[in-house]
Amino acid sequence: MPPVDDQPLLRITGVKMRFGGVVALGGVSFDVARGQIRGLIGPNGSGKTTLFNCISGIYRFMEGDILFEGKSLANVPRHEMANIGLGRTFQNVALFRPLSVRDNILVGAHHLAKSGFIANALRLPSVRREDAAAQKRLDDLLDLLDLRGVAETPAGALPFGTQKRVELARALIGDPKLLLLDEPAAGLNHSEVDDLAVMIERVRSHFGCSVLLVEHHMNLVMRVSDKVAALEFGLKIADGTPDEVRAEPEVIRAYLGEPDPELKH
Amino acid sequence: MRTSWLIAVFVVLLAVVPTARFSGYHLFQMTMVVVYAVAILGLAILTGINGQISLGHGAFYAIGAYTTAILMNSWDVPYWLTLPISALVCAGVGFLVGLPALRLGGLYLALTTFALAVAIPQILKHKLFEDWTGGVQGLVIDKPDAPFGLPLNTDQWLYLFTLGVAVVLYIFAINLTSGRIGRAMRAVRDHAVAAEAMGINLAMLKTRTFAVSAMYTGVAGSLGAIAVAFVAPDSFSVFLSITFFVGLVAGGAASIGGTIVGAVFIEFVPNLADKVSKAAPGAVYGVILIAMMFLMPQGAGGFLHGLWRRVVRLGGK
Ligand SMILES: Nc1ncnc2c1ncn2[C@@H]1O[C@H](COP(=O)(O)OP(=O)(O)O)[C@@H](O)[C@H]1O
Ligand SMILES: [Mg+2]
Repeated sequence: MPPVDDQPLLRITGVKMRFGGVVALGGVSFDVARGQIRGLIGPNGSGKTTLFNCISGIYRFMEGDILFEGKSLANVPRHEMANIGLGRTFQNVALFRPLSVRDNILVGAHHLAKSGFIANALRLPSVRREDAAAQKRLDDLLDLLDLRGVAETPAGALPFGTQKRVELARALIGDPKLLLLDEPAAGLNHSEVDDLAVMIERVRSHFGCSVLLVEHHMNLVMRVSDKVAALEFGLKIADGTPDEVRAEPEVIRAYLGEPDPELKH
Repeated sequence: MRTSWLIAVFVVLLAVVPTARFSGYHLFQMTMVVVYAVAILGLAILTGINGQISLGHGAFYAIGAYTTAILMNSWDVPYWLTLPISALVCAGVGFLVGLPALRLGGLYLALTTFALAVAIPQILKHKLFEDWTGGVQGLVIDKPDAPFGLPLNTDQWLYLFTLGVAVVLYIFAINLTSGRIGRAMRAVRDHAVAAEAMGINLAMLKTRTFAVSAMYTGVAGSLGAIAVAFVAPDSFSVFLSITFFVGLVAGGAASIGGTIVGAVFIEFVPNLADKVSKAAPGAVYGVILIAMMFLMPQGAGGFLHGLWRRVVRLGGK
């Protein structure tokens, strides 16, 4: 079916979201192609996280539509998102803090298995098979993301940078078609950001998934993205290759207008 | 592997030593420890592992106890056959209570379950059900004898029967909470939004967990009714629910092994307090409880876990 291949993996059209009087998204549209690393930049409060939450169903957008593989996400239950191929991380890290790194990551594989309460209580062979399959995926990820040494450590006891890698592993073990990363570089130091850039590219080549990367950190986005969209006050102000977006006067103004020096690269 | 062998040896000792050496009353106390352990295990699955606070689990214990008593009394169902029926009844009631629980977070859920515990004795006394429940008087049921001509007296048989059922229930609970479902239960407790984004259906998981929890505590109620051979509304006051909660926290909330310590605590510490001071056993009980929380802030489960790790590390050297 050739038309399916032309279809973007994710299509966002005219999405609007208000909180009381605050217009967080004023009609945003853009696409994410298959296999693409798509950057999404914008100053604080420009609506990036809100858009993420609209995609993953945590907020329900008020107008417009979001299509994933051609199907609207408007009424998909939140717990179905992982199953249809959407994986995500959270801006402020949302790990299960008392659980070990191993268990945290394994929760990300929850939707890949089907066994229920009774099968688990009896530890039926099907449960063992599912467990073995999840363990194998876990093993790969512990190596890929350099987490083997902390596999038994409670996630909440780890440094912030490591926690972000755990979150990434937890999203990846579920085999997403589209990975949503919300500010993965926030709170990381320079060398960690470099590692992260390498990691994101490795994730795409290793797992073949598309990435929607929300980032404050211009350097990182410009380095790894195939295409970048820029938001300001809930509106898209630029869209194109990293070089095009960097040269866009609106973007320069929006970013130079911000007091935070980190944002000017 | 080594751990499972140790546990097996522990269970065998637990079966043989009290049966061979304890007198009737002490054996009965041991039976009640096992019964309470299962009741607290039910609460641990819900509150400790899934994070849904219940201050009313005495209600499920009462429902289980009455289900068994009524079945034996009105329908002559053999005592052992009442257990699976009671399990189904309590799981069903637990599921129904779990539905509104979905809308009630934390403390509101605690209050709602508490209200259930407050209501239960009055419902059991109510005229409408008196024909079955025996009203204020309650019901007396027969103590079972040992089957197959086993050379055991009633107390010995009751202890072994209760222990056997408990061992099976513990194995199921350990399986359930250590795999995929158990991880999901803990994930929901620790971060519901993230758990949902990982594909966990919160409503389904929480209501089913509630059902399993009520089933465990309800079966404990059935075992308790068989052991005591009597049920009456006033044995199931709110204080019973609070006592289970005390046992849960004393044992370490999310620890399966800790439930046994919690059960020992609620069975023996009140007696101990009574021996220390006839005048104010409640005060002594309170002091012991506070002291325990100070000495083992993670509950006995956390304390034993730490101890165990130290032993393993020493043994490994
Ligand atoms: N749950 C919410 N309730 C009220 N306002 C919100 C909520 N979430 C976001 N907003 C508002 O929407 C705007 C966009 O926020 P956000 O999407 O977090 O921006 P960004 O991620 O780009 O920094 C901000 O003005 C923010 O205050
Ligand atoms: Mg944000």
